[in-house]
Amino acid sequence: MHPKRKQKLILVGLMVAAVAIAAGFILTAFNNNIQLFFSPTQVVAGEVPEGAEFKVGGLVAANSVKRIGDGLTVEFELTDNGETIPVQYTGILPDLFREGQGTVSVGKLDANGVFIAERVLAKHDENYMPPEVADALNKTKAAQGVTKAGKTQPYGADTVQMQ
Amino acid sequence: MFRWFHKLASTRNFYRLAEILSPWLAVLCALLLGVGIFLGLFVAPTDYEQGESYRIIYVHVPSAWLSMFVYMVMAFCSLLVLVWKMKLADIVAEVSAPIGASFTFLALATGSLWGKPMWGTWWEWDARLTSELILLFIYIGYMALRASIDNPSSRARAAAILALVGVVNIPIIHFSVDWWNTLHQPASIMKFDTPSIHPSMLLPLLLSALGFTVFYFVVMLMKTRTVVIERESKSAWVRERIAENRL
Repeated sequence: MHPKRKQKLILVGLMVAAVAIAAGFILTAFNNNIQLFFSPTQVVAGEVPEGAEFKVGGLVAANSVKRIGDGLTVEFELTDNGETIPVQYTGILPDLFREGQGTVSVGKLDANGVFIAERVLAKHDENYMPPEVADALNKTKAAQGVTKAGKTQPYGADTVQMQ
Repeated sequence: MFRWFHKLASTRNFYRLAEILSPWLAVLCALLLGVGIFLGLFVAPTDYEQGESYRIIYVHVPSAWLSMFVYMVMAFCSLLVLVWKMKLADIVAEVSAPIGASFTFLALATGSLWGKPMWGTWWEWDARLTSELILLFIYIGYMALRASIDNPSSRARAAAILALVGVVNIPIIHFSVDWWNTLHQPASIMKFDTPSIHPSMLLPLLLSALGFTVFYFVVMLMKTRTVVIERESKSAWVRERIAENRL
């Protein structure tokens, strides 16, 4: 290669590397702001902003969804398979909201440690399959005695992904 | 190997090649898109969780992939411009930008339409959605920069540097769902693991994605030919073709 071109190529490489390193530093510095939600463990550990609105994400715990009073208010427990926190929400839930499914709630903690959600979003996982396959997988799992209540086990995945 | 590369780099040869390839690619594109979209919308089974709404992936996922693929083509061309001063690469990068921006917009718009019924929100500032929006802004900025510089050689250099700086966003988009917690689900196909999508749903998606890719090449070649003619309107071979009425 022509020495001048080689020099330019190295220069371009260095430029891209420098930008990548700078972006890496910026993203690491803003790590907490880029995370979309806190986990129940962080909420229990008191890492969340007090008195301010924040987002909390996790799985809706099995057999925890209760409708109370007017039928619009829902109480459920949010878990990351470590800690669990109670959530209360009044309003219409998204289609994908169900027990065992991932969800992100926006709201505040009240004095009793109950998370009062203003909005509840459903988090979808990366698994796509026809209902028959989901049923078949569910049956196999049931036969093995490791069913997850209310949740069909995803195709090709052994664990429910939730960070 | 470098001989054919130099040959192709000549705008005249590229024009000739694009002229021959274009109709075949157009037919291939129509076939792939037609079969892929038909299988996706009418033949593929419904999803166990999302029902029919998941079918938007046959448009959303290919446009999101293409938004990044087109950018990588632009970045590679920019490298050729900066190091080898290849004029043709500058043209390819120039005509690719609006196509890539359109795919980015399509990915954002279809994702938003899907997000409302599935997640319960049109938009959320999560890492995947935000980085894809930044990609749209980079495309727009790139086009604006090109439009603002009149001198062709400084325009080519400035645009190439911007495109190469913006390339760091591509891995950020791809890995955003792994690096941070996001509302957007992790990758179903582009990962070192078995795809988390049933084969009966995967096949139409791959056909559609291939169709989108060929579509990009068809449009890119078409627009490249136009710009080549425009930039070299004074050269002998273009004049000759105009005289013979075969452009």
